Amino acid sequence: MDRAETANRIASLIEPFNKKGVTITDDTTFAGDLEFDSLTVMDFVAAIEDEFDIIISMNQQAEIETYGQLVDAVVRLRSEQS
Amino acid sequence: MTEAVSQPDRPQQFEGGERDLFSKFDELIQMREGLLASGMEDPFGLVMERVLSPTVAVCNGRETILLGTYNYMGMTFDPEVIDAGRTALTDFGSGTTGSRVLNGTYQGHKEVEQALCEFYGMDHAMVFSTGYQANLGIISTIAGKGDYIVLDIDSHASIWDGCKMGDAEVVPFRHNDIEAMEKRLRRIPEGAGKLVILEGVYSMLGDVAPLKEMIAVARANGAMILVDEAHSMGFIGPNGRGVAEEQGVLDDVDFVIGTFSKSVGTVGGFCVSNHPKFEIMRLVCRPYVFTASLPPSVVATAATSIRKLMEAGDKREHLWSNSRKLHKGLKDLGFRLGTDEPQSAIISVIMPDLEKGAAMWEALLHEGLYVNLARPPATPANMTLLRCSLCAEHSEEQVDTIVGMFERAGRATGII
Repeated sequence: MDRAETANRIASLIEPFNKKGVTITDDTTFAGDLEFDSLTVMDFVAAIEDEFDIIISMNQQAEIETYGQLVDAVVRLRSEQS
Repeated sequence: MTEAVSQPDRPQQFEGGERDLFSKFDELIQMREGLLASGMEDPFGLVMERVLSPTVAVCNGRETILLGTYNYMGMTFDPEVIDAGRTALTDFGSGTTGSRVLNGTYQGHKEVEQALCEFYGMDHAMVFSTGYQANLGIISTIAGKGDYIVLDIDSHASIWDGCKMGDAEVVPFRHNDIEAMEKRLRRIPEGAGKLVILEGVYSMLGDVAPLKEMIAVARANGAMILVDEAHSMGFIGPNGRGVAEEQGVLDDVDFVIGTFSKSVGTVGGFCVSNHPKFEIMRLVCRPYVFTASLPPSVVATAATSIRKLMEAGDKREHLWSNSRKLHKGLKDLGFRLGTDEPQSAIISVIMPDLEKGAAMWEALLHEGLYVNLARPPATPANMTLLRCSLCAEHSEEQVDTIVGMFERAGRATGII
């Protein structure tokens, strides 16, 4: 699975969490643009973890601020953890 | 009122152009000022001028029934407990002025650790200066770099801070969700150390964890298990050892964390364990080493209280009957509660929002009742809660009085 395909799957996963219908680019931030609170983060991370069968620990989440960084992290974690 | 309060949006500039490090608190300052400007009493500024018993105090000039303390077993005024403290104060002085590993271990510290070993039926007990430090110390020390901590998202701040202080990877799961916990445990890379952290009673809603199922899953996945039983000690389980005992799985718990500041009725924290290498923790656990030990009077009151709690079957039964009575009374009035059935000594009343919750809290205080107002971010799902914690010393009549106070305050504020 390449970056584009991973990005596509994440795009469909984020839809139910994107309540305000923000246009998402690689620079979109979760805390600022999408206004995710801690509960939303937990549910969204769980959805991604289940989809890709990976763990994104809170330590790793702390490094992920933008949508682009998330896609990169998932690509990397998939290769490391599979 | 300062500039920062009236104009929180504009960051204050000090001379020299330095940014005020307190700007990050402006939103909270504004919210608090707004609440107090409405003329209400400060929910976080209550002063108890006199304490008449475990269940009654004079607060802000009013005689008040206490329904928001963690004095579950009402041990704070037990005559034997007070005598033990008085004797230790006279014989051993007011404080130890030293760390447990240097000059801060007195006879009393060994005696309270022995009392804990007997209370829990475990081989080792280590006493910390607070319950907060017990979680902070044990978690940050045993889970190191490359290890994984899997924990419930509603864990207490001391657990989260212990995670943050250590170097392990931290993986939370949805509250009491066995399947979510199992999925995360299964994904942990092979060979990594695993620690599962659970609580017996979760203090915000007063609900208990399905420890039997969760511990079985954790064991099957090769994890060590730490259970915080702060809110269950003394009255849950046949011997008051907590929810793990009640559900028959205490033998599968590697570390039980507890506190003296709830049922025991003083201050201090502890970890009990059967791990054969446990004693090494005394040398490697920084929140144990780098702080002064508890004063002699405190450990003497704790030891006496713990030994009395072993024989407190009648008190346990009365506390449960209080819990059931209050739960039913509030439910019948139409309040929304944190649990469908009473599961602990905490009955949590869910408020529609912070404003109504604060109004209800104040109305209750004017009735002569103190409960805890809990609000986000300390609460699950951003709820505003009025948390009622019962005491074995509350009489049946007091519980009736409390229900009546809730009825009047609830109608006055339009919540029921």
